[in-house]
Amino acid sequence: MPADALWAAVMDGDEYAATDIVLAALDDGMDPEDVLMDVIAPLQERVGREWAANRITVAQEHTATAVNERVIGAVAHHPAVRRREAAAAERHGRIAVACIDGEWHALPARLLAEVLRLRGWQVDYLGAQVPTPHLISHLHRTRPAAVALSSSIATRLPDAHAAITACQATGTPVMVGGAAYGPDGRYAALLGADAWAPDARAAADRLARGPLPEPLRRRTVDDLPHLADQTYAHVTGAAPRLVRHVLDGLQARIPAMADYTVEQRDRTAEDVSHIVEFFSTALYLDDHELFTGFMAWTADILAARNVPPRFLLPVLDLLVEQLADHPRAADLLTRARTVIEQHPPTPPAPGPPNEDPDPAAE
Amino acid sequence: MTEPTQREGGARDVLDPVLRSAPSAVLFADADGGVVQVNDAARMLLGIPPGGPAPALPDWLARAQRSLGERTRPGGAGTGRASTGPAARGPIGDRVVEAYPVPDGGTPELTAWWLVDVTEREHAAFLIEMAEELPEVLNLERCMEVTARMAARHLADAAVVVVPRSEGSRPVACSGAGGRTGHGELPIDPAEVEGLADALRGFPPVPPRWIDPLTAPAWLLGLAPGRPAAIAVISLPGHGVPAGALVLMRMSGPEAFSVGEEPAVRLFAARAGAMLSAARLYGEQASISATLMRELLPPRALELDGVEVAARYRPSGDEDLVGGDFYDVFPAAEGGSRAGALAALGDVCGKGLEAAVLTGKIRTTLRALLPMADDHRRVLELLNGALLLDGAGRFVTLVLASARRQGADVRLRLTGAGHPAPLIVRAGGKVEAAPTRGSLIGVLDEIEVTTVEETLGPGDTCLLYTDGITEAVGGPLGDEMFGDERLRAALAGCGAMPPEALVERVHMLAAEWVGTGRHDDMAVIAITAPARGPEGRTS
Repeated sequence: MPADALWAAVMDGDEYAATDIVLAALDDGMDPEDVLMDVIAPLQERVGREWAANRITVAQEHTATAVNERVIGAVAHHPAVRRREAAAAERHGRIAVACIDGEWHALPARLLAEVLRLRGWQVDYLGAQVPTPHLISHLHRTRPAAVALSSSIATRLPDAHAAITACQATGTPVMVGGAAYGPDGRYAALLGADAWAPDARAAADRLARGPLPEPLRRRTVDDLPHLADQTYAHVTGAAPRLVRHVLDGLQARIPAMADYTVEQRDRTAEDVSHIVEFFSTALYLDDHELFTGFMAWTADILAARNVPPRFLLPVLDLLVEQLADHPRAADLLTRARTVIEQHPPTPPAPGPPNEDPDPAAE
Repeated sequence: MTEPTQREGGARDVLDPVLRSAPSAVLFADADGGVVQVNDAARMLLGIPPGGPAPALPDWLARAQRSLGERTRPGGAGTGRASTGPAARGPIGDRVVEAYPVPDGGTPELTAWWLVDVTEREHAAFLIEMAEELPEVLNLERCMEVTARMAARHLADAAVVVVPRSEGSRPVACSGAGGRTGHGELPIDPAEVEGLADALRGFPPVPPRWIDPLTAPAWLLGLAPGRPAAIAVISLPGHGVPAGALVLMRMSGPEAFSVGEEPAVRLFAARAGAMLSAARLYGEQASISATLMRELLPPRALELDGVEVAARYRPSGDEDLVGGDFYDVFPAAEGGSRAGALAALGDVCGKGLEAAVLTGKIRTTLRALLPMADDHRRVLELLNGALLLDGAGRFVTLVLASARRQGADVRLRLTGAGHPAPLIVRAGGKVEAAPTRGSLIGVLDEIEVTTVEETLGPGDTCLLYTDGITEAVGGPLGDEMFGDERLRAALAGCGAMPPEALVERVHMLAAEWVGTGRHDDMAVIAITAPARGPEGRTS
């Protein structure tokens, strides 16, 4: 499989070239599940890494993802895949696969849906951004053996928690996966999911081992006792006000901001808003690493744009001003401050996009 | 007070007065399982008449006594260790009793058994389980399984739930010993089981009926773990509709419910019936709505005669599937081939289902007008007339786009009627508004519209959208409108994107802009001239 040629085709938005390469591999007898998991999944992860390292634009990310989606669609129609699905058909029960509301990264869920189909499950793939009421009515109607929920963005975890508990209230066990749950799936247990899988293959293996246990019925959910201090509720409720306070404060401290264009202003507001989102998510999960990790990453990105990471310090200080009465919030901001202060002023120089030799080997 | 019962050769003549009047039942048994002494409470529990002789131990207790003897024999396991839980449990009369042994109870040859009547606790557990589990479920199959499992656990050794269905087959859920539940459709005739047809009719509700196990058909007996000694047929009345019937099979015991069981059975039947009928009604409603929605839901992505088209839709309410925004795409074959494919996107006044029904009418009307799709003005005039005739005072804004492939390019004709102007996103990132304008449809007798022509080169996209996108309110500060400028700035970074990626990008930006806030319906169509053909040429 010429991985470099495939990468080039995907980055070029050339679905025909990309599809040809993948279908040729299937023609040569490569296992369809291996194509999905060892070729397309690493490709998509590489797209995500390139984006995270600021080496491709969001538009490029969308384009590459759309090409990958089309390639998966072509794989699903290859005779080898249809033969396999026909042979495995009806061996297992029904599974619903969905992304929660606010989650746009559908590709990991799509890969899971295709792998489960290959393994003989009847899969209802509901796609990205599924409002929880739709998901619940689907579960009532179809009664799957389990529902698999995918989350890529950590800031959507509070919503994921709501979706998980709502699904469980219908008696349907919930399996979760995706980057949002952390590499070791630590947030899956925290949020009370019935199972977690690091990737589609592991998810399919787990489901093949036997049915997930029926979820416990819970009248009230107190998975997260720290929420009792209302810090999270306060921060989410006050988020727009916090963002405005930070922006006003920055303007007073950084004279250059007066000359910002509308777009620069928007971009700064977005960045600050994003920081507040991660901050409140970390408060929800009571996990400071989520926030400090995000701040370190933001510092890297800023450094790559030649903005000194110390620019982030006044943001944290301005937030502390507003949240001094909330010890958990103040503590979290202090930890983040330490991380930024110790952050190297220059970035570890993210290389040019094509430096990455073979992402699958990582 | 009667004297403690004494067996011949009994080891003790007088029961300790404390034990005798203790409120809990206690009996002393010898190693052979003979009852040596009982106190007053045990006398009551076992139903021994005053002065009457002690009966033999119930079978289950005698078994426990024997196994206890084996364990406490020298060399046996567990010698002298008192365990905390009950050693055995079983029925005495219509009570459920747990037995706690005190080996070496006073004298080495005797075992004292404390007998605790747990009947009420069992009922309470059953009622709690009923209250907890029954209302959780809105899926009929699952309801049936929960009902069968609970009935088998608390009321019988095996339970079968039958729900009415149209001709022929009936879904059946059954649960046997061990709580295993199965579900299937059996081609059964309710007349084969005495009382089942009556019970399935539901109204008027009939009382539980005990039937002769010998008359039970093979399919029913096949669902029991063994040969049942007693079978009861119980009606499950629902919300005014027949919900189903429950068949209980007991491997032993009398053909009657005990005094304690009766009210629990009645309550269970009523609760289970209500739940089953709620699940059935929900299922029927859901399938009716799904059928209606399918007609109203717009298509998603299409390739039309060499033109790539993608569309995306998000209704205002999370509970809704449809709303007042709409789009539709018709291939050229259906319209005049000269005009090419036709795409329409619009926004009727109002929201929710009522608005969605009107969008359905409009889409049907547009489809009927396809033969004249060459002439946008004519189509819009006729649609205007149709809406005015409708007399409901509803109006619509919309854009019509006819697209025809010409070599590597796509020729477009665009006509807007009171709608935001379509945006052309060039492959290089330049964004232009198509200068078409016109009046709302459905308000005035005469309409005024202008049609413009545009050419899309390879990788160029024409974006049709509704104002739900640009009027989305939110953003980092919570109260700003997304606006035309932000949309155009975002599109400038979207040159040469595949159309589905572009519509996803636009929807995502708007969705992130509103965050958790309220928003209007949002609809977007992207019409794209393919950047390259299947042969890989970058035309």
